[in-house]
Amino acid sequence: VSWQVYLPYVLVMAVVTYLVRAVPLTLVRKPIRSTFFRSFLRYVPYAVLAAMTFPDVLFSTGYTLSGSSLPAWSAGLTLPWAPLLCAAVGLLAGTLFAWRSKSLLTVAVVSCAAVAAAQACCLLFFR
Amino acid sequence: MEAYGYREGLRDGLPIGLGYLSVSFAFGITAVAAGMTPFQALLISMTNVTSAGQLAGVSLIAAAAPLTEMALTQFTINLRYALMSLSLSQKLDGSMGWLQRLIFAFCNTDEIFAVASSQPGTVGKRYLYGLMVMPWLGWSLGTILGAAAGSLLPEFVRTALGIAIYGMFLAIILPPARRSLPVRLAVVLAGGMSIALFFLTGIGGGYRIILCGVTVSALLAWLFPGEEAAP
Repeated sequence: VSWQVYLPYVLVMAVVTYLVRAVPLTLVRKPIRSTFFRSFLRYVPYAVLAAMTFPDVLFSTGYTLSGSSLPAWSAGLTLPWAPLLCAAVGLLAGTLFAWRSKSLLTVAVVSCAAVAAAQACCLLFFR
Repeated sequence: MEAYGYREGLRDGLPIGLGYLSVSFAFGITAVAAGMTPFQALLISMTNVTSAGQLAGVSLIAAAAPLTEMALTQFTINLRYALMSLSLSQKLDGSMGWLQRLIFAFCNTDEIFAVASSQPGTVGKRYLYGLMVMPWLGWSLGTILGAAAGSLLPEFVRTALGIAIYGMFLAIILPPARRSLPVRLAVVLAGGMSIALFFLTGIGGGYRIILCGVTVSALLAWLFPGEEAAP
């Protein structure tokens, strides 16, 4: 990406992100009164992260809806949608470990390992 | 008298930094795949220090989205930090003046907030400054490593690492979802709505997140208001 395109975007990202963090920490020193607004703010992280994870996690291993520019390793497999399947395996493993309250690092590593294992199985059994 | 100083902050930040290293490595790979140079990827991590916002940001840059969509998306995704900053502002001791608050705000991530607010009593600037160091270094270092070395890795490994950042999201949302019914509903409804919008409409990624986040949070705040509803 050229710097003329890149810089305005990054400036907007950095400034908005910083203001969201800094304004409440410095200006608002009294607790918010509205129960509705307080509850709303409490739900935002979970709703936002869930909306970011689904369905995008299924495309994290290179699967595309159009079927174009799929990962080269999956070319020639007898199994259709192999990258999608591997992402689903990774999602399942990540869900199981996160549900048991494993640490951020553990869940991230286990998800990646599960995808790698699934990819290896695809190569071994469906060539 | 501060019970926790700079050294304790560094120590508590180390595991966060290590976790960030792996996730930002994956972010570096994603950013380069979306067309950034390694230095551009690093600059985003050094100035933003937020996983979800950066991931959405990179895909919006790649899609040449309007700047307003970028600003609104960042605002919504990062709105959770406003809540964390609000909550943490009640926990700071007298050593945290205006300037210290402005500096610390830069690094108030989900995990730093969780560690800082789990300390007994109030927290001061030495501890918080120490706490910021390792996560920021880990996040930046992982990004440049992923961006620079990512292309050297076999494609087989790169595709497996792409899921790391979503693993982190799951680790953040699922434990509270297990404990609390309203949070469980928030996760299921927002995830389901996002899937529906993705497949049924051509709505952009940024607006999809905003729409799901705001609608579902408002609905649940209306159905389950109160302090105990969400952790």
